[in-house]
Amino acid sequence: MRTFGLLLALVLVLVAPAAAGAADGTSRGRGLFFSGCAECHGADLTGVQADPSRRGADGKVPAGPPLLGVGELAADFYLRTGYMPLDDPEEQPRRSKPSYSERDLRALVRFVASFGGPRTPQVDLARGRTSAGLKLFVENCAGCHQVVGAGGYLTGAEAVPLDQATARQIAQAVRIGPYVMPRFSERQISDRELDSLVRYVLYTQDPRDSGGWSLEHLGPVSEGIVAWLVAGAALLLVARAIGERIR
Amino acid sequence: MKWLWSALALLLGRGRREAVAPSAVERPRIVPRQESSPRAELAVLALLALASLAAIGFIVVYVVDRLPAQTQLLGLTLALAFAFLSAALLVTARRLVPVEEISEPYPEPEHSAEADEVVQILDESGERMTRRGLLKVAAAGAGATLGAALIVPAASLGPVAYPDALRRSPWRRGLRLVDSKGRPIRSGDVEGKGLYTAFPQGVSHEELGSPLVVVRVEGQRLDLPEGRDPDLWAPEGIVAYSKICTHAGCAVSLYRTPLYEPTSKSPALVCPCHYSTFDPATGGGVLFGPAGRPLPQLPLEVDDDGTLRAGGDFSEPVGPSWWGVRRG
Repeated sequence: MRTFGLLLALVLVLVAPAAAGAADGTSRGRGLFFSGCAECHGADLTGVQADPSRRGADGKVPAGPPLLGVGELAADFYLRTGYMPLDDPEEQPRRSKPSYSERDLRALVRFVASFGGPRTPQVDLARGRTSAGLKLFVENCAGCHQVVGAGGYLTGAEAVPLDQATARQIAQAVRIGPYVMPRFSERQISDRELDSLVRYVLYTQDPRDSGGWSLEHLGPVSEGIVAWLVAGAALLLVARAIGERIR
Repeated sequence: MKWLWSALALLLGRGRREAVAPSAVERPRIVPRQESSPRAELAVLALLALASLAAIGFIVVYVVDRLPAQTQLLGLTLALAFAFLSAALLVTARRLVPVEEISEPYPEPEHSAEADEVVQILDESGERMTRRGLLKVAAAGAGATLGAALIVPAASLGPVAYPDALRRSPWRRGLRLVDSKGRPIRSGDVEGKGLYTAFPQGVSHEELGSPLVVVRVEGQRLDLPEGRDPDLWAPEGIVAYSKICTHAGCAVSLYRTPLYEPTSKSPALVCPCHYSTFDPATGGGVLFGPAGRPLPQLPLEVDDDGTLRAGGDFSEPVGPSWWGVRRG
């Protein structure tokens, strides 16, 4: 009888989650979520408030926003950029190698998306125009990311460089507003405008440097200063060489 | 090209003239004879030829117009042409132009009597002017007015003559907020994590007082200065500030808006020039940076259909601060 009870319990433990997950194909993602994400985002995806009494061995207090309704959009972005999982909730997430294999990543995204939420906007680069993208970028993004997409600083945070962002990730970031970046609604930047914007950002990753020496794209002022210093020094030397008196 | 050919012609011509010269009448030399240097001449010729080649290269690159690194090649060929030319001039100056140093003592003044005469002439010439005083005054007047004409534009540097102009803005009660494309902004458009730039409808975007940043602040965070009724200054939590930084007048285009506030920095408007950081929840107060006063806030009204309108003019003068900005 006891053996039967144990067996029944074992079967229930094994089958119940599988059955629950099998219906929407999220069991694998559920497992990964519980082991990797739930500490900070909560087992029911409702988020975790920072509680100093739960300080871990490494001195960090788990805390995180709710993930209900963030959808495929945010899950895909955060996992593929390696922003999540984050070692220290107080830190700004940084781009790194994704922590999950492609298969696990898809499973996790499917699990988070099963609670509903927005999808990644479809980007069609062929429909975008780089020049229109430049205009949008200057208006909305260049304040922080600089017109060449090299990134910059805010007080207390960093605007990330865009040199490694993929087309999907650029579009996702515009709609999510990761970390301290503002979110841009479809009214501000429509999906068609997003095509142009993404096209421009991809252009900044491999721009045509017609001058030859880009100086890390510091900008025209610094380039001008270098040109004057180099050319001015050369001219001075030549003028001195020509005008030097012979003794 | 012209100068190249003329330089070449000059050089060739020089050699030829020297060959002809000896048949002329023998006169004592002025410039002492110095050794000719065929090797230096050859070097100059070679350098000039190279300069010509590089210049021709420039023209070819320019005309072909289909090369992958055209800009770089244009720069390279032109730079080479100038470099060779300067090298040619250098060799010419050092090896071909006769060099001689002459120094003589200053001569004694030769005509001291005539010098006295000149002084006398000057003295007597002045006698023709009878109204000397008046002429002097007139000349001084012309000088002074001309000086004033040069100084007066300095008034544009500050609000000395017309202090009111800096205190006015185009915003009036009832003026609609529109985006950069001229579409009216509704309160529903302003989402929690977005940064919106707005302008007064029908007014130039170029005016200093025109651009606004519009953001939404959560109700419990809102802590406006005394005397600013939240219903008038932050209807539905929407606040509007001048987009012009009160420090140096840059556009406040950075919005630090945390996705999850407990673990990141609080929301703030940041100016990209010198990182002045303003708190949208407390009436634009300075959190950090060189700005000396808060961002000017604009009171707002929400229409029945949700359109945002100005509720009046800014709380304080717009734009970079100047001496006396706080004086009413």
